[in-house]
Amino acid sequence: MADDSRRLLPVAIVLAGAVVLWYLGAVFLNAPGAIERVLAPKGPYSNTELVIATWSMERPVLPAPHQVAIDLWHSLVDWPLDSPRNLLYHAAVTAQSTLVGFVLGTLLGVVLAAAIVHSRTLDRALLPWIVASQTVPVLAIAPIVLVILGSLGFAGIAPKAAIAMYLCFFPVTVAMVQGLRSPQRIDTELMHTYAATRMQAFWMLRMPAALPFLFPSLRVAIAAGLVGAMVAELPTGAQAGLGARLLTGSYYGNTIGIWSALVLSALLGLGLTAAVAGVERLVLGPRSFR
Amino acid sequence: MKRAPGVLIALFALAVLALAFAYPLTAPPDGAGALGWRDGLAAPVAWALFMFAAWRALQPTDGARATLSLVLPCVAGAIVFAALPPSTGAAPAASGFWLALLGALGLALISVQRSAALTGSRLYGSLTSALFGLWVLFFWQVGVTAFEVPRVLLPAPSAIVQSMLAQWDTLGRDFVQTVLKSVLVGWALGSALGFAVGVAIDRLPFLQRGLLPLASLTSAIPLVAVAPIMVMWFGFEWQSKAAVVVLMTFFPMLIATLAGLQAAGRLERELMHSYAAGYLRTLCDLRLPCAVPFIMSALKINATLALIGGIVAEFFGSPTVGLGFRISTEAARLNMALVWGAIVVAAVSGSAAYALLVQLERRWAFWHPSVRSA
Repeated sequence: MADDSRRLLPVAIVLAGAVVLWYLGAVFLNAPGAIERVLAPKGPYSNTELVIATWSMERPVLPAPHQVAIDLWHSLVDWPLDSPRNLLYHAAVTAQSTLVGFVLGTLLGVVLAAAIVHSRTLDRALLPWIVASQTVPVLAIAPIVLVILGSLGFAGIAPKAAIAMYLCFFPVTVAMVQGLRSPQRIDTELMHTYAATRMQAFWMLRMPAALPFLFPSLRVAIAAGLVGAMVAELPTGAQAGLGARLLTGSYYGNTIGIWSALVLSALLGLGLTAAVAGVERLVLGPRSFR
Repeated sequence: MKRAPGVLIALFALAVLALAFAYPLTAPPDGAGALGWRDGLAAPVAWALFMFAAWRALQPTDGARATLSLVLPCVAGAIVFAALPPSTGAAPAASGFWLALLGALGLALISVQRSAALTGSRLYGSLTSALFGLWVLFFWQVGVTAFEVPRVLLPAPSAIVQSMLAQWDTLGRDFVQTVLKSVLVGWALGSALGFAVGVAIDRLPFLQRGLLPLASLTSAIPLVAVAPIMVMWFGFEWQSKAAVVVLMTFFPMLIATLAGLQAAGRLERELMHSYAAGYLRTLCDLRLPCAVPFIMSALKINATLALIGGIVAEFFGSPTVGLGFRISTEAARLNMALVWGAIVVAAVSGSAAYALLVQLERRWAFWHPSVRSA
């Protein structure tokens, strides 16, 4: 506990500093607009009035934190959960395609890794391409996937989940190949002396040994999947989802709306990663968790 | 006698190819004048090369030279095969062509399997993956043309190359706008800022303890989403994209720098201390060199992140130039060949930047275990 409080205090102070900077930034960035649109028409004004005006503008360049918080709170509380004006509804839409893509991508990644570990041909022929494709901006391919799946008749969640899946499976495959190969020679030889089949060796030795490699890659994968799902909502002109909210916000110059969507997507990303970390802790036990 | 691996597939390929010879290659709409395997020069050559490869695959191919005698006819046959009328879309394909394509699939499996089995040189690994890539390209090209897949769905590689050549100056301008302006500037600025802040707060453990957990949390946040805000602040031009890239690349570099500065061992630090080396001396002669592998890997991660950020930020509004703009507008106009062309440009620049950084890493961090073992 003592260790926790020693870490919490600096974090809290840095956070507080960030909020102060944010407020100051709001004053400086909004001041020209506030003077021009709010204060100048009314005549002379004091500095206090200026500061208050910059923190309560309707379309600020940089909204103050409390404006974003109030907007977020109103959108969460004032509207029913299934209303498109409720941001939680959009977060749920994005989270849904992220999770579907994440599950499919993880399955694909694990199966592919298992195949690569057991087949020299795949290892030699396919793995270099998978590794190389990580240096490529895969998200650029999102519009193509959307068009192809759209013309095949898939609409709604499938294209978004496909892009999330595409982003998820790379880190999982690479980490799982490493993990499935991590057992020492002495362990595999022991399995051999027990006359264990390849399947048994896979489930009893390789798979447990790979889990510590799998989970960190899952945390990377779900964050990448969220980015994929949000970007997939951009070119389709999707009606729902956090990405669509960002786009409509930028069309209509609704700065506070953009910031609310941004904050909620950050919270969603943190929540999803924390959920994976929680599962990791459950499966691996508290000790192996760094 | 030793049984060759995959001999069943080889037998299958041989049988199918032999059978294919009896059937016509093309099926003209009016039914007359169908080409066979004996007509012209390309058809018999392709067939003979494939037959030779299939026959070669019946025997074990131990060693590099024997494998080469299988792989080379395969590749040569595939190149000639891709020039046949049904492969180029000049004439509709007939049963003989489909059978031969099936045989080619068998040959692809065997040739990749045999070349993957080679041991000895590291070169064989890259050759195997190159061979696999060639086969994928071959089936993409021939399959898409012969099956008449709509261009909207998947254009053939040749169509992509054609549209790239035709619109070369457009793609060139997009490349300059996205890669050379927004991505390169943002990447350099973000990485430099991350490094500078990392070095600056290295002496402030309190700030480090506060900043590091927050900085590592940012990896879970979709930072690309700040793009609409940056577009509002900095306008449609490349500056707003560079700002997104700066934000995306700052935190990985900060974390890597802080971790790298801690990497110097206690013994070495005490040695520096015993030399009466001051903070700056220790930093320059010991701790920064020790941090190089960390910084290099952050630069590599940032290169990929920067390209993604630069392209995605253009989806939120950009001048009528840029790779992300090209991809999204041409996809909306269903001009998929040019979309693929833009993706090829992005992919090649991403891989080239990555390869360049790997080379630099080999030069500057040659002593690090991760480089030596690679």
